[in-house]
Amino acid sequence: MPFKRYVEIGRIALVNYGKDYGKLVVIVDVIDQNRALVDSPDMVRGQMNFKRLTLTDIKIDIKRVPNKKTLIAAMEAADVKNKWENSSWGRKLIVQKKRASLNDFDRFKIMLAKIKKAGVVRQELAKLKKETA
Amino acid sequence: MSYKFHQFQVVGRGLPTESDEHPKIYRMKLWATNEVRAKSKFWYFLRKLKKVKKSNGQMLAINEIFEKNPTTIKNYGIWLRYQSRTGYHNMYKEYRDTTLNGGIEQMYTEMASRHRVRHHCIQVIKTATIPAKLCKRESTKQFHNSKIKFPLVFKKVRPPTRKLKTTYKASRPNLFV
Repeated sequence: MPFKRYVEIGRIALVNYGKDYGKLVVIVDVIDQNRALVDSPDMVRGQMNFKRLTLTDIKIDIKRVPNKKTLIAAMEAADVKNKWENSSWGRKLIVQKKRASLNDFDRFKIMLAKIKKAGVVRQELAKLKKETA
Repeated sequence: MSYKFHQFQVVGRGLPTESDEHPKIYRMKLWATNEVRAKSKFWYFLRKLKKVKKSNGQMLAINEIFEKNPTTIKNYGIWLRYQSRTGYHNMYKEYRDTTLNGGIEQMYTEMASRHRVRHHCIQVIKTATIPAKLCKRESTKQFHNSKIKFPLVFKKVRPPTRKLKTTYKASRPNLFV
């Protein structure tokens, strides 16, 4: 089982602890064994410990420490946002966020939709059972 | 990023007397946790160099020095003099960090861990930003690679906030990446 996700310049990582929790950041340089210089279109370039980062599969093509404009252009070119939102990991996070932000009326609507869906599934199952029986 | 050690520029001189109307003004850059300690350190060093004490001197200015480019990585070389159990020694250490205060803090913690030297036994002689070509230590030179690439081998999964920390967990964690 070799390693597939490396810490390298251009690797996209998810912040999993601290003030910037949930953000996607780009590793722009490596300070030392434990820290990286990270950057993101909506934050000031700063250092972060690798313990706060979870590496993703996405990697963009940048040189060491690009300026903000070049970084944003490279992120657009690699289409990071869409790649992330269409990946299974990204989709799961979006669903989690949606579920956490529901209000009572939304939960009521979901309950009705679940009942409806279960009813349709059960009807189909009954039909299939009748055919085989 | 809050640092324990702040860099101060302290300016002081001896009090003017009848024989010396305009005494020489001395300026020092030093590290301390706060302004009060910085002033005290200033007089400590000045006493060792000139015949002046806090009681017959005056503080002219004390300003905190902030990092000019905290978003770029630099290699800091720090020359220090420290007191060990058997005597005084000089040392040169290198650190990679974004700010000088961060490098100094790394130095103090490393001296404490590697040599059991407490911070009051350390005197910083000189600090400098070293260009990559002139770095001497392998541990800093190994990061001078524009195509650096390494995997994170041991991934401990942490709860995202301290509140969600529990002593017992239902299952063993998966530490692979």
